[in-house]
Amino acid sequence: MQDRIPHAADAREGELPPARGEVSEGVLAALRGPAGGPVPGPGAVRTADPLGDDLQLALYLCYELHYRGFHGVDPAWEWDPGLLALRQAMEGRFLDELRARTEGGPDVDAALDALLVEPVDGDGVSHFLRDKGELWQLREYAAQRSLYHLKEADPHAWVIPRLHGRAKAAFVAVEYDEFGGGRPERVHARLFADLMTDLGLDTRYGRYLDHAPAEMLANVTLMSLLGLHRVHRGALVGHFATVEVTSSPGSRRLAEAMRRTGAGPAAEHFYAEHVTADAVHEQIVRRDVVGGLLSDEPALAPDVAFGIAATVHLEDRLGEHLLGAWREGVTSLRKPL
Amino acid sequence: MPTAPEGRPSPEPCRVTVTKEGPLLLDGPVEVTLDDGTVVRSERFTVALCTCRRSRAYPWCDTSHRRRTKR
Repeated sequence: MQDRIPHAADAREGELPPARGEVSEGVLAALRGPAGGPVPGPGAVRTADPLGDDLQLALYLCYELHYRGFHGVDPAWEWDPGLLALRQAMEGRFLDELRARTEGGPDVDAALDALLVEPVDGDGVSHFLRDKGELWQLREYAAQRSLYHLKEADPHAWVIPRLHGRAKAAFVAVEYDEFGGGRPERVHARLFADLMTDLGLDTRYGRYLDHAPAEMLANVTLMSLLGLHRVHRGALVGHFATVEVTSSPGSRRLAEAMRRTGAGPAAEHFYAEHVTADAVHEQIVRRDVVGGLLSDEPALAPDVAFGIAATVHLEDRLGEHLLGAWREGVTSLRKPL
Repeated sequence: MPTAPEGRPSPEPCRVTVTKEGPLLLDGPVEVTLDDGTVVRSERFTVALCTCRRSRAYPWCDTSHRRRTKR
């Protein structure tokens, strides 16, 4: 393991982005000073749109302190009680909104079964990109997805100490695969950075945070929210299962899109690798991670179902945003690349 | 690992899991000899071997066995 592969995406902190409203401005102002400084009170989030730019960016900033932090920001903010109180208020609004939007969802088996059916005439983002995606749209797609893929599988790792026996062994095996099976050049985050290089994108961590619309931020804040709270371990597992179950067919279409547009070998490889990797992960996650967790803790079934429903809802919402923009021929980002 | 009387490790049986409508799951790494003599290898911790023959990544599963529906 002494081979060090120098790479722009390695171990660098992100830069603080500009604010998107009052709440995110308050968080940014706090982060520019030492930890313990003034933070907006929890009341500040009462009127913010829980899925909107301002609250989602503020939440994203709070969570990012647990991953790589930001350049020039005091790392002690991570556990600052004032900031945590604000974060808790934002999480409450976010969760209430997701619960309201996913109320009365099906049980776990029905929810997973629904994901296992492939529509013949699918019209999602990956279908669009496969059939008529242009290089500029693939670049926009990759730029915003980089918010997750450059830390691929990291948000899920927090659930490990909260799983046991069969669920834990299976979960860790899948994560080991995500983290390259012991080989740094195969870490999925690294494969994604290589894809970005093929597409002429900047692989620096957090580089496209300011470009990403609220719909994309919400997908990533959901993972961090579920990963950081033990109480949401069931929902985190539901989220993870959704990603693994839906990934393989979508990745096939994205690999075809990359090939058709001549995006480059690494761009194609990232998605091609996910076709067969996630065909395996899906089996393990359904049988042993979800199955194992629910046999240990059957009472978590509604939480698992909520994790599935919330993930599907936010992905659909992102898909509508992307396709809405691209069908009009306009950028899906907050500012062009 | 249990040992045989002469001190050699006893061979572990090859573990295969049959799934309802999808692939066979095997502990990796796996080496597969195809009908035409080609040998392919997967290093993955678990390998999903296509049984429906529809996979475009044959012999590995690519979820092509999934039910397809008109909406």
